[in-house]
Amino acid sequence: MTAWHEKTAHEIRDLVRRGEVTAVEVTKSYLDRIAAVESKVDAYTQVWSDYALEQAAAVDGRVRRGEDPGQMAGVPIALKEVLCTQHGFTTCASKILEGFRSPYDATVVRKLAQAGAVFLGKVNMDEFAMGSSTENSAIKTTRNPWNLRCVPGGSSGGSAAAVAADMCAVSLGSDTGGSIRQPACLCGCVGIKPTYGRVSRYGLVAFASSLDQIGPLTKDVQDAALTLSVICGKDPLDATSADLPAPDFTQALTGDIRGLRVGMPRECFTEALGPEMREKVVTAIDVLRQQGAEVVEVSLPHSEYAIAVYYIICTAEASANLARFDGVRYGFRHPDVKDVREMYVKSKSAAFGPEVKRRIMLGTYVLSSGYYDAYYLKAQKVRRLIKEDFDRAFEQCDIIATPTSPTPAFEFGAKTADPLEMYLSDIYTISTNLATLPGISLPCGLCASGLPAAIQLMARPFDEATLLRAAHCYEQNSGIQMGKPPIA
Amino acid sequence: MEYEAVIGMEVHVEINTKSKIFCGCSTEFNAPPNTNVCPVCLGFPGVLPVLNREMVNKSVAAGLALNCRISRWSKMDRKNYFYPDMAKNYQISQYDLPLCFKGHLDIEVDGEIRRIGITRAHMEEDTARNTHTIGGGQSGVDFNRSGVPLLEIVTEPDLRSAKEAYAYLVTLKQILQYLDVSDCNMEEGSLRAEANISVRPKGATAFGAKTEVKNVASFSGVQKAIEYEIARQIQVLEEGGKVLQETRGWDADRGITVTQRLKESAHDYRYFPEPDLVPIVVDEAWEHRIRDRLPELPMARKKRFMEQYGLSAYDAMVLTATRPLADYYEACVSAGAESKKAANWVMGDLQALLTDGKMEITQCRIAPAALAAMIRMIEEGAISGKIGKEVLADMFETGREPQAIVEEKGLAQISDEAAIEAIVAQVISDNPAQVEQYKAGKEKVMGFLVGQVMKASRGKANPELVNRILRDALKK
Repeated sequence: MTAWHEKTAHEIRDLVRRGEVTAVEVTKSYLDRIAAVESKVDAYTQVWSDYALEQAAAVDGRVRRGEDPGQMAGVPIALKEVLCTQHGFTTCASKILEGFRSPYDATVVRKLAQAGAVFLGKVNMDEFAMGSSTENSAIKTTRNPWNLRCVPGGSSGGSAAAVAADMCAVSLGSDTGGSIRQPACLCGCVGIKPTYGRVSRYGLVAFASSLDQIGPLTKDVQDAALTLSVICGKDPLDATSADLPAPDFTQALTGDIRGLRVGMPRECFTEALGPEMREKVVTAIDVLRQQGAEVVEVSLPHSEYAIAVYYIICTAEASANLARFDGVRYGFRHPDVKDVREMYVKSKSAAFGPEVKRRIMLGTYVLSSGYYDAYYLKAQKVRRLIKEDFDRAFEQCDIIATPTSPTPAFEFGAKTADPLEMYLSDIYTISTNLATLPGISLPCGLCASGLPAAIQLMARPFDEATLLRAAHCYEQNSGIQMGKPPIA
Repeated sequence: MEYEAVIGMEVHVEINTKSKIFCGCSTEFNAPPNTNVCPVCLGFPGVLPVLNREMVNKSVAAGLALNCRISRWSKMDRKNYFYPDMAKNYQISQYDLPLCFKGHLDIEVDGEIRRIGITRAHMEEDTARNTHTIGGGQSGVDFNRSGVPLLEIVTEPDLRSAKEAYAYLVTLKQILQYLDVSDCNMEEGSLRAEANISVRPKGATAFGAKTEVKNVASFSGVQKAIEYEIARQIQVLEEGGKVLQETRGWDADRGITVTQRLKESAHDYRYFPEPDLVPIVVDEAWEHRIRDRLPELPMARKKRFMEQYGLSAYDAMVLTATRPLADYYEACVSAGAESKKAANWVMGDLQALLTDGKMEITQCRIAPAALAAMIRMIEEGAISGKIGKEVLADMFETGREPQAIVEEKGLAQISDEAAIEAIVAQVISDNPAQVEQYKAGKEKVMGFLVGQVMKASRGKANPELVNRILRDALKK
């Protein structure tokens, strides 16, 4: 029999609901697993053992009393450090929020708790979700379970590593330019970034407000559909959340994609993509074709500007979003200051990491008087062109397929010296955020190095149903056995 | 050389919604520090603003009353600057697309109407309030005010004197109070006015360098500060100097303005559209719903009072000064009081009682219908006008009906001729010398004798009857 911690969320949910296993047993299995491999992976920043067992016992109580224990009953979940929780700390992996306790729960946390999920703790990330390798964490270094010398990707590196290493059944990440999908790719798990507005951002510490979305990282597509169904929906606390019904996305997983049109953007399959990754992605697209999809070539002519546009818009928004961390009301305050101005300068200088500072400075610059039109305004215009590229492409197809990441996981330090090199890690994922589309990353085999490769699928805004149906169909028919990462 | 002043006003008014602009916290004034707060208005990590719809309604109402055009599509923007009273270190405001724009307000100065252009009125959030220990060392921040809704109303540089600026503020306040969108209480900070002032040679078209005057606590303070600033700038120019573009504070104790901040250190606010909020779309139907609910505004009401009630311009102006006063007056008239008599009573005796008691009309215990009843009693001869004043004072004190007071105190007018004849006979026999004088042609003595009769009747004798009966008796 497989250990509880190797099971998927929907399997655990079904077993717990039927009373075939208790949530406490499942939780203990996960806590044991964490104890066994955490020292190698270092995914967790906080493990809430007692609290997790309390939550699990409450779920078991509901099952015993014959009450509905919820759609995520007993499913052990890890939360990215960027999500606000009343329990434990909310640090964004930054020194500036060391020891910070949020006075409230993020909407997604509240929804998952209501659905009977069990929170195991919080997981590592790049500071304030800025990075693609989790090397920017001020707390610790998280390693890729497939190769401990490699990064797990980022910024949701802890979320991806924890799922890949069976240290949780599901984790939540956040994705501003690829921060769910790229680490999901590098760690061989499923990661979905929903359409902007699909999931409430209330309680997600903002990096770039017009791009951020919360989404799940899971062991399979069904778990992604399940978790998304629980966390999505209009939230009166988030004006940008879409006023649409919250569907049960698991109903969309019919296995039937006959007649589905899959677009391959020619700009994403150039020489810039390594031959091995290219071969894996093309093979994956062939699986969709074999299942009855029609594959067409499409064009996204403005995608070459995506990274430039992204680093203007996200830094501009970040420069304002991070201004509140000033030492006045909460968080780190430098002890040795003589006036307010010095308090700001010294506190921020001492407690923000170099990448965060770089982006605050970039964002401040692009919004400055005299530069605004040339940078921020121009970037907004090009963002619109990128969105229009997708609108046109989706006239010819229903799903767009690309690689998730140009390369598999890389070694620590490989890209830290050159920020631009690191930024290119998100070349295939950034456009999705700029165009507010849903996107999913799916494992599509192992490279010769033994590291996972992944395909990314995208769909029209709010068409997660089609996206998940295609992803599920691929997963069921790919014939690929990813196996388990070679740790422990 | 003759100079001309050019003045523009920026007025911040707190809009009197129940909850704050972006969260559910109460906007109540004077609550204990940091009690009307939540993660949103404290700027905690992860929070998001949600725009209060009532704020939009009230702002549109204000915009329409100021003859503004309403943006079909507008948005909120972030204004970035660091200060401990800023919960997020940016203020959510409106930059290039204000909700209301291109309006005007007509003001009356020395009997003439002047039209003042309204450039824009935009929505934003108030900041927290900083307090500092005397001598420094410690500062406290009260976030109760953080997120209280503000409407910033900006005029064109159309005002030409301190007096006009004063009239503008009075008129603006009157309209906003009529609309019930703001208390406009300067002491509580729910209305804050800043003046941009420059002077130029009369006839010139270019503007001179301007100064901005802040920290003024009253409308008359604004007028004085502007007067001072105009004189100061003219003096600087006359002495061959240059007016520096700067922010100056009004020192009410010394009656002067002082430099606060030179323009050189002005902020680059790095405005950009607020990504946490969706665009504000006020369609025609929404605008019409608000327009249909707008109350009659002061100027229109004044005109109607003159036409409908036959009041003088002055009386109509006084009675329409505030909406509650005008409502009170109209209620009194519709309860049956003759319009001009009602106006005299409301503006005269009633206003005097209110002033003595430091009360507003809204606190008055006399129901408009009760005042109307009292006025009718005078007209019908049930009481004299003089007794009416006494009755009014009692009503003001006790809130009782006039009939009850008259009955209990026995104040009903004596219109019984036999009774009055008896009193008259007594007065004639008691004052032989005066009677002689009258008969000798000294008409004036008549007043004294009437007074004696009224006194003897304790004011209750019907004055008309007293006059006739006394004259008849003296002819004998």
